[in-house]
Formats: sequence, structure tokens, C-alpha cells
Amino acid sequence: MSVVPMVKAEAVHKSFGRLEVLRGIDLEVAPKEVMCMIGPSGSGKSTFLRCINHLEKIDAGRLSVDGELVGYRQRGNKLYELPDSEVCRKRSEIGMVFQRFNLFPHMTALGNIMEAPLMVKREKGATAEARARKLLDRVGLSDKVDCYPNQLSGGQQQRVAIARALAMEPKLMLFDEPTSALDPELVGEVLDVMRGLAKDGMTMVVVTHEMGFAREVGDSLVFMDSGVIVETGTPRDVLANPKHERTKAFLSKVL
Amino acid sequence: MTETVSGPSVPGSQAGQRPETIKAIPVRHPWRWLSAVVVLGVAADIVYTIVTAPNLDWGVVGTYLFGRLIREGILVTLELTVLAMLIGVVLGAVMAVMRLSPNPVVSWVSWLYIWFFRGTPVLVQIFFWYNLNIVLPHIGIGIPGTSLNLQAGTNQLINPFLAATLGLGLNEAAYMAEIVRAGIISVEHGQTEAAQALGMTRLQVMRRIVLPQAMRVIIPPTGNETISMLKTSSLAFVAAVPELFTRSEQISSANFAVVELAIVASIWYLAMTSILTVGQYYLERYFARGSQRELPPTPWQRFKKILFTGHAPPPSAVEAAVSLPRAH
Repeated sequence: MSVVPMVKAEAVHKSFGRLEVLRGIDLEVAPKEVMCMIGPSGSGKSTFLRCINHLEKIDAGRLSVDGELVGYRQRGNKLYELPDSEVCRKRSEIGMVFQRFNLFPHMTALGNIMEAPLMVKREKGATAEARARKLLDRVGLSDKVDCYPNQLSGGQQQRVAIARALAMEPKLMLFDEPTSALDPELVGEVLDVMRGLAKDGMTMVVVTHEMGFAREVGDSLVFMDSGVIVETGTPRDVLANPKHERTKAFLSKVL
Repeated sequence: MTETVSGPSVPGSQAGQRPETIKAIPVRHPWRWLSAVVVLGVAADIVYTIVTAPNLDWGVVGTYLFGRLIREGILVTLELTVLAMLIGVVLGAVMAVMRLSPNPVVSWVSWLYIWFFRGTPVLVQIFFWYNLNIVLPHIGIGIPGTSLNLQAGTNQLINPFLAATLGLGLNEAAYMAEIVRAGIISVEHGQTEAAQALGMTRLQVMRRIVLPQAMRVIIPPTGNETISMLKTSSLAFVAAVPELFTRSEQISSANFAVVELAIVASIWYLAMTSILTVGQYYLERYFARGSQRELPPTPWQRFKKILFTGHAPPPSAVEAAVSLPRAH
């Protein structure tokens, strides 16, 4: 069976100036797979996530989403940079949820969700609004339609942010520590929404510190440290029987 | 031997009951009262001295305050202000975006523009446009090597009003460019990233996400600039544009009531800037939406509060929101 992987990374390298943040990442995410990435801060998890939708450019290696290279087109053995319009089109197929929510503060919850369908997909107002209302209902916030982000709690904001990403009907969702900025009692509501997404078959790459979530929802778990993948496997295996010393040391501190 | 020392008794604090609201005698501030009296006294003396100046004819002020020439002058002043600010804001926004462009040539051109127009006096710039015809009798556009060529006399093209508008507007654009740039930079980078991640283009991100948020930072100084422009437009005097100050000058050169006419002009400038100040306040309020949970009280609401409580509410949260980073 040769299914095209949703994400495929081969020897991905990335430096910021002299600092090498990614030092050869190889991994594959199958369609409908939920991959969780854990590791200490500064290990390159977030950077790798941002490379997937080309918010960061990779320096070496190959990174492709759904069989197409990210940011480049290959003809013969030459790489051509993609024009902005192509980069935008590809990004529109990938949803991203940020640690700090990054909702647009000058728009209501509904406005936040409708923005991209209206601007990027050129959808009709009524269509976009209907879907936005349905999505708000799905994340349990149908009563917050007209609220501005600063009138919402952190957990509510993050759920709106997830709905905003889903409004583009992405084939892949990236989560960059979605619960790290939340009060402990608000973490659950966001994880519930993500759990629902996973159950509906969404392909997800989740950078997280929520080991419980990783164990319960994740199909695979990747442990990263200083720019390389140290260990990978099923969440249950990695969390219960870490093989690598570095993984053991990390898990003993966070579990 | 640990004996609890009982402090002053709390009136009305039986078990489970809320103690009565504190009604303390406020601290007296005799120096505040004294300084207020001194300041008021000095101010009253200055006003009295001017109002009763022996050779000041308030009748003349009254006669010309609503005179036809003055009213026409006010209209021209307003036209100049609006047009120059329009050029300033639009061109300034373009220059700001150019300045932040990844294209080095575009960015450099913007830098050069700001350097030149901010580095020369606006009076000289108006003077330049007004006298352009001396060195450049004809202005035209055309494509070299074709018969497409439009030409016109500089004097017909740039009349005094246009010379003043160009001088004021192009100069203003340089200042507005810096104001808009500061506003754009003030918007958190995560906003741009979130919009990009949704697939929005650079231009869409700027127009829909960054600029609306930058407005909160851009509006207050732009209000300042508008108020400043209203007064600076009197420099159009050198191009013989019949605006408020030119008119009052023309009248006083005929009747020698120089100070009286200056007072007439000042009264109108003050009246117009006052109206602008109120307008600016409501504009700021509008663009503050989404940045605060509750909009700050309007001046009228604050006034009522002072009347009823005797205390001024804390300064408008708009001002605070502009200078403080937003807390998420």
C-alpha cells in the first residue's frame, strides 16, 4: 500500500544565523494520523511545525505536504522558489493553531472565522457565515458569536482559533503548544475539541506538553532534543518504556 | 501566654454580616486650594489686561468676526486642510508600506522622500511650487518616441491654491509616513503570522489585519497633525491663497486694525481646532473597539460623574491603551 504521506520530512535542516535549530529531521505523517511532538523548549519542535506551512524556510533537505514540496517546485534536479500566490494557496490548505491564540482583536469571533473564507476563498458572505456559525457551535461557543476576543477566556479564544483554522477546511492541522498559555482549568475544553477533531479523522501534528493527551489521542509520538529526533514510536511505548537516556531524563521531569 | 490583642472594633460586624461601608473624613489639601487661587488670579489678570487694552477696539473684532471675507477665508482654510491631509495620509501610508517593503529599491526611495520633505521647511516648499513656472514654464507627460504627449503651462496647471496644497500635502506625507510606520510596527507579529497561516496575501494581511490595528496607534498623532495643519495652512499666505489669515491680513492692511484682525483669525482657528479635538476623541473611541472590555466614558459622561461624585474618574482608558501593550 503506497499511501502518499500527508507530511514527509527528509533530512530537514534549519538555522537562525549561526544557531542550527533543526539538524536533520526525518519523519512521516500518514493521512488521518495524529502525531504528537514533545521535547524541551528550544529543541526545534515549533520551528519544524512552522516549516511545514512555510512560515520558516528550510535550509537543506526536503519537506513535502501531501506529495508536494513546501515552498519549492522541482524540475529536473533544480528547485524553483514558489511565487507568493502559490505559497498562500498551499498555506490555505493547512490550518495552524498558535500558543498565544493570535485572534484578530478588532474582529468578533464570527468575523475572525469568516475572514479567511471571504478573503482567500472569495466565498459569499452568507455561505461563510453559515459555516462560521456551525463551527462555533461545534467548539461549543454558539453564544459567543458577537464577542470580541478580549471578552473571551483563554480557552474560549483558543477554541475560536481552532474554528478559524477549520473554516478553511484544511487537510492538515498544526497545533503549536495550543494549551501552554492557558490556565490549568481551561486546558480540558481545548483538548476536548482537539479530541473530537482527531476522532473525525483530521490529520494533526501537535506540539504539546500534555502527555495525557498524547497517550490517549496520539497515534505516534516524537521526542525531539536539540534539533534532532531522539526517539519515536507509539505514545504508550515511548512514555512507558523510553529507550534513550535523554528521553528518560526528560520524561522523569515532566511526568 | 499568647493573648490576642484586639484592634479597633469593626462596627456592624456580627458573624456573617458585611461590615458597614467606610465613611472616613478625607485628608485636607490646603496647598491645592492656595495654588489654585494663585493660578486663577494670575490668569484673570492677564485676560483683564488684554481685554481692557486702551487701544484695542473690540467693536472692530465684532464687525469682522462674521464678515463675508473672513467666512470665505475660513472655507478656503478648511479646503486646504482637508486636501493637504488627504494627500498626507494617503501618500504617507503608501510611503510607510514602501519603507517596510522587502524590495530594497522601493524602501530606499521612500527613505529618500522622507529625508527630503522632512528636511526642508514647508514654507520653502510652498514657495517652490508657487514659483515653479519661473524655471519650468511647461509641464507635460508623454512616452518618449511616440506622439503621446500632454503639455500644459505651469501657471495654468499649478495655481496658487494647488501650489499651497502640494507644498503642505507632500510635506505632511513625510511625517505621516513615519506615524503610519510606527503604527504598523506596533502590531504584534503573531497577527501577521496567523493571517499568513490562513493563506492571506501580503497585501490582504496589511489591509485587513495590520492596518486596522495600527489605527489605534496612528489616530492620535494624526489628529495632532490635522490640528497642526489647520494652523500651518496659514503659510499659504506666501502663495497669496485667500485663506483665513491672508484675508485678515488683507483687511487689516486696509483699516490698520492689525491686532483686532489677528484676534478675529485666532478666534476662528481656536473654534476649528476645538471641533477637531472633539472629533478626534470619538475617532479614537471607535478604533479602540476590541482593545478594551468596556469603552471609556465620553467627556459628557465624565462630566456627569464629577458633578455627582466630586471626583474625576481615572484618565481615559483610550490613552492608556495606546501607550500600554495589550494584555492577553
